[in-house]
Amino acid sequence: MPDRVVLTINGVTMEVQRGTTVANATVLAGQPCRTSAGGAPRGPLCGMGICFECRVIINGRLHCRSCQMLCEPGMDVRTDV
Amino acid sequence: MSGQMSSRGRRYFDVLVVGAGPAGMAAAISAAKCGLRVGTVDDNFHPGGQIWRTGSRGVPVAEAVRWFEAFERSGIDVLFGTRVFDQLERGVLLAETPLGISELGYGKLIIATGARERFLPFPGWTLPNVMGAGAVQAMVKHGLPIKGKRVVVAGSGPLLMAVSTYLLKMGARIPVISEQASWRSLARFAVALSGQRVKIGQALRLKMELARIPFSTSSWPVEAHGKDRVESVSIWRRGRVENIRCDYLACGFHLVPNTELASLIGCRIERGCVQVDDFQQTSITGTFCAGEPTGVGGVELALVEGQIAGLAAGERTAEACLLFRKRKRGMKVVSALEDAFRLREELRRLASSDTLVCRCEDVSFSRLQPYTAWRAAKLQTRCGMGPCQGRVCGPATQFLFNWNTESVRPPIFPVLVESWANLADKPNPEP
Repeated sequence: MPDRVVLTINGVTMEVQRGTTVANATVLAGQPCRTSAGGAPRGPLCGMGICFECRVIINGRLHCRSCQMLCEPGMDVRTDV
Repeated sequence: MSGQMSSRGRRYFDVLVVGAGPAGMAAAISAAKCGLRVGTVDDNFHPGGQIWRTGSRGVPVAEAVRWFEAFERSGIDVLFGTRVFDQLERGVLLAETPLGISELGYGKLIIATGARERFLPFPGWTLPNVMGAGAVQAMVKHGLPIKGKRVVVAGSGPLLMAVSTYLLKMGARIPVISEQASWRSLARFAVALSGQRVKIGQALRLKMELARIPFSTSSWPVEAHGKDRVESVSIWRRGRVENIRCDYLACGFHLVPNTELASLIGCRIERGCVQVDDFQQTSITGTFCAGEPTGVGGVELALVEGQIAGLAAGERTAEACLLFRKRKRGMKVVSALEDAFRLREELRRLASSDTLVCRCEDVSFSRLQPYTAWRAAKLQTRCGMGPCQGRVCGPATQFLFNWNTESVRPPIFPVLVESWANLADKPNPEP
């Protein structure tokens, strides 16, 4: 199995180590996961699927907790839910 | 593979265990030994929970490996990526799986849902790269490069030391560990556990490994600074505020039990902990609870509680009784932890009036101040009504305002609309 995974975050292609969570990929891309109701950038807080701060759109599916999902080849990740 | 499928994905288990951390694994293995059909669900993709999370580049400790192997060998049906969100009727839970909704029927239920970090609001805590201490560790285990990064570790509890040791090993630089508890209460903690050679040995080893890092007691974060992400943090330390540059602030104030599922089912909960009898049985006959939800006591206690719960669910009470002494020793940790890492008064005053308390709905401290109860604040401000459903701000407001935040409403986790659409025949849970 290849060691690297290629995916896109907001349309920009990036490559990560296999086993990297989507949350980590967004941090590596320097992208906040979402914008709060008040307009502030937010990133992962709890790292274990309870805070929902890391929610993003993955392959069109809304509200995915990116800290609990691994990057997969060809994945289309959209932040700023 | 056991378990029966119906058109909507219904499965039945003699014993259903929710959570595959140490308590859940121990419970499932013990119940399986009794010859029962056992199912375990967990929202992660691996067993081990938070404490034994291995991730993509972790190496599990020897004790964890033994439990993983036993867990794998015991013929338990394990459903990963599965999150229980409601109860359809007594004895049937609803769970969201990667493939859709499943009904999980059971004869006996064992709740082993673990604990989460407690977060307290202070100015700047909502900036990206301010995370829980355990959260940073989990992220690094799953591929976040930390080598050469500056990580300030702050908050409270034994987790701070464990996380710092791990991060150091992974090449992070830790300018300071800031522990809100006093040196005196940490010393008392060490004495209270002096009967436990293993624990003290671990503590000493940690202390040595951490010898190169400034470890401040009676110290806490005052404000995180930065524009798009955290760039520095002001720490109260040695009687003054010090500004420390950092790439990450790893900050959690000890742990809070995850009691939402127990509460949903109607188990009695007191002072934030699920109440159980000698056999780990809750106030509901046939429903057991093990590990952190009954009181935060660490992995050794979780394992023995899990074993007792599993054996009791399998009606092997005599065997369960043999473990009572071991559990009693472990229980000492619960009260020692509670005493040592009790949150100090000063932390109630960290939030300024515009500091957000509810991160989901952007509700500030000053908007909550007029209220005397959680329910009224929720209805009027939407505090705790966002996707996390109060898991973050609930324990915070409990500390800040003394609100009782234990009640839950189904679904206990948000579920996608299309999942609900598949549940047309379920009665509306709203009163």
